[in-house]
Amino acid sequence: MPLNLQANFFEPGKRYFRAFTPGDDFYEALIDTHRDLSDEQSAMVNAKLVLLLANHVGDISVLREAMHIARKDI
Amino acid sequence: MVEGKAPPELLNTYSEERVFAAEENLLNSTRSTDFITPKSKTSLTFRNAVLSLARNHAFARALVNSGRLSVPSFLTESRLNTPDDGPFSGDMVPGAPMDDAPMRFAGQDVWLLDQLGRRFCLLVYVNAPASLAANTLAQFKALASSAADGAAALALDVLLVSPAKTAATELKLLQDHTDRFAERYDAQDGTVYLIRPDQHVAARWRAFDAVKVQAALARATCNLH
Repeated sequence: MPLNLQANFFEPGKRYFRAFTPGDDFYEALIDTHRDLSDEQSAMVNAKLVLLLANHVGDISVLREAMHIARKDI
Repeated sequence: MVEGKAPPELLNTYSEERVFAAEENLLNSTRSTDFITPKSKTSLTFRNAVLSLARNHAFARALVNSGRLSVPSFLTESRLNTPDDGPFSGDMVPGAPMDDAPMRFAGQDVWLLDQLGRRFCLLVYVNAPASLAANTLAQFKALASSAADGAAALALDVLLVSPAKTAATELKLLQDHTDRFAERYDAQDGTVYLIRPDQHVAARWRAFDAVKVQAALARATCNLH
């Protein structure tokens, strides 16, 4: 399965009436995760997040595609 | 309430519903502010990453929060709603702000929401309005006119919606010529929606039942105890 680049956020059991809500829910949780951390601590949290999510995805070809896109335009 | 048709308790539900809507607005505007003016370096980095990815990728565009449009609330938790007693698909759940739909009325192109007065309204979807049973029609008319007399009765309009173009009906008929209504409201032959004066869905059923309509109307006006 190729890297999914379409909006894909949802929460089991939750019903959404506005298309932007699940993405906003995620983004808020992400920013909250970093609340009150120093820049260094945040960088560490982000690194752990990448490792956790990468392991969850598992498929290395998908991860390579994501890493490629992430490096572009830097 | 002014006319003595609803108890003062109804005013409390106005407050409950507006508090819910205000909390939703606050949540959306707080989230927009966090995105537009990030408060930490990490938050700024994430925001810029979203904007960078948004150039080419749909998922990131959906995350760009440039201030969500002010949209009416889905008052799904309101105690004025009558819960569904059967399955429906789509978003027009009890408490939902009505979706509009293009309609044809008396040969003119009109919009559904423009056809609703500031009264309770029963929308009845029928495939063949001309072959509606006489006693069903009589019940509709009774509902609409019991509204007109009697101090205790509430004003209720009855509107037929049909995919068919029919000239002869005694009740006002909107033609769903594009099937948008059927699609958005998951309407089938016989489906009935009770609409509040503020164009939120109060209740809906797969078949008309005068007793259920009266009960839902009572609930929607705090007359049910």
